Amino acid sequence: MPFVNWLKRHLVVIAGTLTLAYLLLPNVIVTVFSFNKPKGRFNYEWQQFSLDAWKQPCGVADMCGSLSISLQIAVWATVGATILGTMIAFALVRYRFRARGSVNSLIFLPMAMPEVVMAASLLTLFLNMGAQLGFWTILIAHIMFCLSFVVTAVKARVMSMDPRLEEAARDLYAGPVQTFLRVTLPIAAPGIAAGALLSFALSFDDFIITNFNAGSTVTFPMFVWGSAQRGTPVQINVIGTAMFLVAVLITLFSMLVGNSRNKQRA
Amino acid sequence: MTTLTEAEAPPPLAPTAPEQKPPRKRGRFTPYWLLLPGILWLIVFFALPMIYQASTSVQQGSLEQGYKVTWHFATYWDAFSEYWPQFLRSVFYAAGATVLCLLLGYPLAYLIAFRAGRWRNLIMVLVIAPFFTSFLIRTLAWKTILADNGPVVHVLNSLHVLDVTNWLGWTAGDRVLATPLAVVCGLTYNFLPFMILPLYTSLERIDGRLHEAAGDLYARPWTTFRKVTFPLSMPGVVSGTLLTFIPAAGDYVNSELLGSTDTRMIGNVIQTQFLRILDYPTAAALSFILMAAILAMVTIYIRRSGTEDLV
Amino acid sequence: MTTPDNSGDVRLSGISKTYDNGFTAVQPLDLTVPQGSFFALLGASGCGKTTTLRMIAGLEEPTTGTVHLGDQEVTNLPPYKRPVNTVFQSYALFPHLDIFENVAFGLRRRGMKSVKKQVEEMLELVQLGEQARKKPHQLSGGQQQRVAVARALINHPKVLLLDEPLGALDLKLRRQMQLELKRIQTEVGITFVHVTHDQEEAMTMADTVAVMNAGRVEQLGSPTDLYENPNTTFVANFLGTSNLIEAEVDTKNGDDIVLKAGGGKLVLPKARCAAPTTAGGKVLVGIRPEKISLTHADDAGDIPEGRNRLTGRIADASFIGVSTQYVIDSPVCDELAVYVQNVERDGRLVPGADVVLHWSPAHTFGLDAAQDIDAGTEEEAAA
Repeated sequence: MPFVNWLKRHLVVIAGTLTLAYLLLPNVIVTVFSFNKPKGRFNYEWQQFSLDAWKQPCGVADMCGSLSISLQIAVWATVGATILGTMIAFALVRYRFRARGSVNSLIFLPMAMPEVVMAASLLTLFLNMGAQLGFWTILIAHIMFCLSFVVTAVKARVMSMDPRLEEAARDLYAGPVQTFLRVTLPIAAPGIAAGALLSFALSFDDFIITNFNAGSTVTFPMFVWGSAQRGTPVQINVIGTAMFLVAVLITLFSMLVGNSRNKQRA
Repeated sequence: MTTLTEAEAPPPLAPTAPEQKPPRKRGRFTPYWLLLPGILWLIVFFALPMIYQASTSVQQGSLEQGYKVTWHFATYWDAFSEYWPQFLRSVFYAAGATVLCLLLGYPLAYLIAFRAGRWRNLIMVLVIAPFFTSFLIRTLAWKTILADNGPVVHVLNSLHVLDVTNWLGWTAGDRVLATPLAVVCGLTYNFLPFMILPLYTSLERIDGRLHEAAGDLYARPWTTFRKVTFPLSMPGVVSGTLLTFIPAAGDYVNSELLGSTDTRMIGNVIQTQFLRILDYPTAAALSFILMAAILAMVTIYIRRSGTEDLV
Repeated sequence: MTTPDNSGDVRLSGISKTYDNGFTAVQPLDLTVPQGSFFALLGASGCGKTTTLRMIAGLEEPTTGTVHLGDQEVTNLPPYKRPVNTVFQSYALFPHLDIFENVAFGLRRRGMKSVKKQVEEMLELVQLGEQARKKPHQLSGGQQQRVAVARALINHPKVLLLDEPLGALDLKLRRQMQLELKRIQTEVGITFVHVTHDQEEAMTMADTVAVMNAGRVEQLGSPTDLYENPNTTFVANFLGTSNLIEAEVDTKNGDDIVLKAGGGKLVLPKARCAAPTTAGGKVLVGIRPEKISLTHADDAGDIPEGRNRLTGRIADASFIGVSTQYVIDSPVCDELAVYVQNVERDGRLVPGADVVLHWSPAHTFGLDAAQDIDAGTEEEAAA
């Protein structure tokens, strides 16, 4: 039974490919429907091909405004979380101090907490303090939940670093500041970059926590959420497709750079 | 490629990972200065809110007259007795999605780790890249895929699959949308990468020679998988299931977009109580119960699976 | 006292290191390494040799005592202010910098602008001119080792510290690099302090060797000195192999001590005895395996007078080409090792044969019997 044998041998490949298809199908739909010309307010059924939305990506009221707010928040949240998180990671790896265990738990808990719980409790805090909900409360929340991810990414990298490298730098006439700038930071950079990239993606795409703490400010995910009730403009598919393409291009590019480096190595 | 996997793999869930004791340095206060801003941030905007929430849950009053702490624990009982079906539903949906994620994710993670060869990098990109399109847009795409007169429903119908799922109560009539099946399908889709990446990380660490050794010692492929590969990938399985189950249990997006009033999960209730009905004590109590339940389940799960130091 | 230049002297006075957890890595220690010498700190892992080196480098703060370089006290100077450079174990080359920048690192940190010429000359010296623009991980182990040496030497330190610099290399390469390092040291003439656990490496390279054990210097001297006349059982066993036989002091005869072992008498020069010798007291008599001659018991009469002798039976013989190694059980001591050059092999010397072991009294050394007789042996290290 050659067919059954073939099936047996390639079962994993077939199952894996099906899963990959499951993962990618929605992106295909998003892309295809960015060329749709829907009849009603909702873009769920295929009608006819059109380039209208691609020609006027900002043709929908408030959408590009919300996109720009999301980008601003993502950038600042990334900067804030990366700086604070990197500092914590260095403290955790490089120093012994009391309350190490509590600090570790405080880093771990936000990652193990359902978003809706963090969102709701943060809202009670803001309400109790009488804070004005908006850009700043969103930013505060985003830095809070991105922090733990940065700490974990940077910590992993710094832990795997040979402590002798810094000793070598000090031995070769580099003072503390020089050692940090010339040796520690460049070697920790990939971990810091990974943490920053993750922060950006998490912040840009966050909906649940933002929804609770945004007040009347509308981020891009909130715009999409609202449009699911009011009517989905084709332009959100355009933005979704463009984001997907940019992401694929960036990763492919970084892969090519990495590959050429690997080849130099060989 | 290493940078890519490092960048995108969900960070390890490892509060108790064994660490080497770092040497004590000259500056005694340096670590505290480094920790101060970040830890303060987490205390004020993560820990303190939990306390506020706990206090809100035992308050009484109204929006107009303000709330006072009255230690009214009955709110918990009232909230739970009114919304236990939603709690139960959340646990079932999240558990279902987690199992599906494991079943779907394992073959793909295995494929990337051992069988992909030169396609490995490309497949990794394809797993990660969807992250960068807003998950709400992608979830809305499921409305199109599962549409009532779409091809998926048509095929399922003609194969009489829907008859079975109807009988199980997973779907209703000729529809998939607005049923539990659609919600679980959406949850599975949304959290699948969180399962795949930790699985991949722990599979990739397995020395390929172990497979050869197992084969050499008379293990058939399936036995090799059961006795060698799967046990060694346990850290990935544990952290993958946690990373899937926790967010799925608290999610309300999938239920809202793909479900109906009959598929409301506890997240939906908390969201409505907080943002529409403005019944803060009940909402806070519900959120507190959810948090406690999840922490309890996670703790038991980690203890029982015996991997305290998760990857 | 008129020493023209002593700026490369390393002087440790009463230096010790106790860690926070109470572990004492180095007991109070006095040590002077003269300018321009090749000095080795030899010992098993955990003996405190690396800690001592790190205290000279400034990477570890001594608990007590002072470090002087020449006349300058540097005890409280941070490493980047000391005219000392280190070749680290596993090299610690900066992975993000290429070879050129690794070597230029020290010069640049001291604010030197034009480093190109110096770096290129240095890379030529270690024969790595072609590799300047490669990253460390693209080089072989031996090449990385040379980069590490170049990176330290280019700064013209007063003292070069080497922390197990050859530990990661395979045997053949290690031999080659030993000669290379020795050549460089002779050429540049600066003080080298070399930490190693390999006794052969220490003996081939160093002018002076300090054998360390459990945070103390057991003995200090030239390699020949240490080998021919060890003062403790640790040194006797750690450097090469020694046969140690328990004996009792019988009489003193001029410059010699006569000892009783089993039924026979052994002679030991007084000058080569590191133990107190009261009549009736115990002493360990030491003799190196290659100093012993073997004669078949039938020919015992041919042995010249005045040699120390023991009787025994061959328990085992292994032929290793250049020599044959025998294990001999004697009434006074089991498992004596004897190495015999394969010049004229006596066919009767096979396991089971009765033999006489004899050697010149001048090769005998005496040790304090109160010590652990197995200190420094491999069996002890494994235990």
